[in-house]
Amino acid sequence: MSDTAGSGGSVKLKIRGAAKNFGGVRAVANVTADIQEGEVFAIIGPNGAGKTTMLNMISGFYHPDEGNILFEDHDISNVGPSKIAALGIARTFQNIALFRGMTVLENMMLGRHVLMKTGVLASFVYWGPAQREEVRHRERVEEIIDFLNLTDLRKAPAGALAYGLQKRVELGRALAAEPRLLLLDEPMAGMNQEEKEDMVRYVLDVNQEWGTTIALIEHDMGVVMDISDHVMVMDMGEKISQGTPDEVRADPKVIEAYLGSTDHKEVA
Amino acid sequence: MELQFFIELVTNGVLTGLMYALVAVGFVLIYKSTDAINFAQGEFCMFAAIIVAGFMNLYGFPLWAAIAVGLLFMLVFNWGLERVVLRPMIGRPVVAIIMATIGLALIFRGLGPLVFGAETQPIPLPIPDQPIIWGPFFVSPIDLLGGSISIAFMAVFGWFFMKSRKGVAMRAVADSHQVSMAMGINVERYFVLAWMLAGFVALLGGLVWGSAIGVDTQLAQLGLKVFPVVILGGLDSIVGVIVGGIIVGVIEALSAGYVDPYVGGGTKDFTPYVLMIIVLMIRPYGIFGKPTIERI
Repeated sequence: MSDTAGSGGSVKLKIRGAAKNFGGVRAVANVTADIQEGEVFAIIGPNGAGKTTMLNMISGFYHPDEGNILFEDHDISNVGPSKIAALGIARTFQNIALFRGMTVLENMMLGRHVLMKTGVLASFVYWGPAQREEVRHRERVEEIIDFLNLTDLRKAPAGALAYGLQKRVELGRALAAEPRLLLLDEPMAGMNQEEKEDMVRYVLDVNQEWGTTIALIEHDMGVVMDISDHVMVMDMGEKISQGTPDEVRADPKVIEAYLGSTDHKEVA
Repeated sequence: MELQFFIELVTNGVLTGLMYALVAVGFVLIYKSTDAINFAQGEFCMFAAIIVAGFMNLYGFPLWAAIAVGLLFMLVFNWGLERVVLRPMIGRPVVAIIMATIGLALIFRGLGPLVFGAETQPIPLPIPDQPIIWGPFFVSPIDLLGGSISIAFMAVFGWFFMKSRKGVAMRAVADSHQVSMAMGINVERYFVLAWMLAGFVALLGGLVWGSAIGVDTQLAQLGLKVFPVVILGGLDSIVGVIVGGIIVGVIEALSAGYVDPYVGGGTKDFTPYVLMIIVLMIRPYGIFGKPTIERI
């Protein structure tokens, strides 16, 4: 059963009846959804709706109590976060989670950790295969740095950068893993208008030029409606609506869930 | 003459301090990467030294072979320790791990003499006993060797930590376990690596301290010096550990040189702790530490 319209593209991620409880609190309840290959998929909903829990389940930080999550038809419900990263799912965090003491470049090279193969002893040796591998990875990281216009800041400690730039570096670090599914937890939260516009452009470029499938949580409705192919709306742990931005906007259940907060653009 | 005495105290203090740093760096390594406070680092040094001394003196092993046995034991033991005892404790309160390491420390203190005898044993290194006389100054060769080994280790380890890929990943693990996992870093593997490195550096520490002051359970007292070293130097960097070690070494040497004659001796055993407590009262985050502001 698939409740996503359009069966043309293949399904990247299948969520099947996923549920998660914390003690007596039902954070996510019986959510089923498909994320199509190559799309931008947004998860929205009021605070406490279970959006981040959902993302944490996809990235392996939580395991669903019920149901399954399948990535490229692999059941990843009980796979740990580092293995999921190795499978090709990268993520960013709601609160900036850069390695603050490290440079932008080091942060991004760490993003490529999953693609690197040298062992402990070989990493002591800087020449030979280790160096060739290093150079190859470095080239790719430099491309990403270039793409995100961070060239001047490569050697700057990540913790010293302005907020919007840190968000951008975190995006770059996730991109460095060359993920086939990119999870973004509120990539534009706390940004000013200009920073938001930049971030929207980068997200769309990644999606269109590299064909990366993107799932994101975002509170800015304007942004969500602009960039998403499909939107899933959650409230109190349940999925209450899903469809194209226009369909979701017209759904009475969605309007009801948001009633009371007349301003949809929550200030983070 | 006065100045010469002072310089001599400081020189010896610096060398001793570098040897303290060698003990402390093992502690910092574990604390940074796994968040565990290892109260057994001094016992690690002691046990490694007991093995080396025991194999040399009781079984007639040459130095290099005894060191190889000690190294093998420390690596295998710490690997097993992490896998069997500590890994199931990941995510439990830190106190649980602290208690486990204290228990471990006491086991080591009992086991060492049981296996190799309780009397103080030497670790004879192929270096002269006579102090090196350099103009008006005296330096003990073992202190010089200990200080040099410490500096050499810190340099290699510093390079590994700052530049090599595994080292960078290890720093990432030290920074945040969660984010490291999201990078695809197998955090547990780095815990094992940290414990094995701590075992290796404990062997170095046990070797230089064992040959400087003799090997018996007293050697484990070294572990307590870790705390003033770390509080005074900070946990954040290798440089911090070296600085902390040197401060402690110099304070000890100065109090032994200037205060002991008036009070009959023994002040150097506690002056570092007095300084530590004063620093904690004034700057609870350490001399070089940064106050962290937590969002609540």
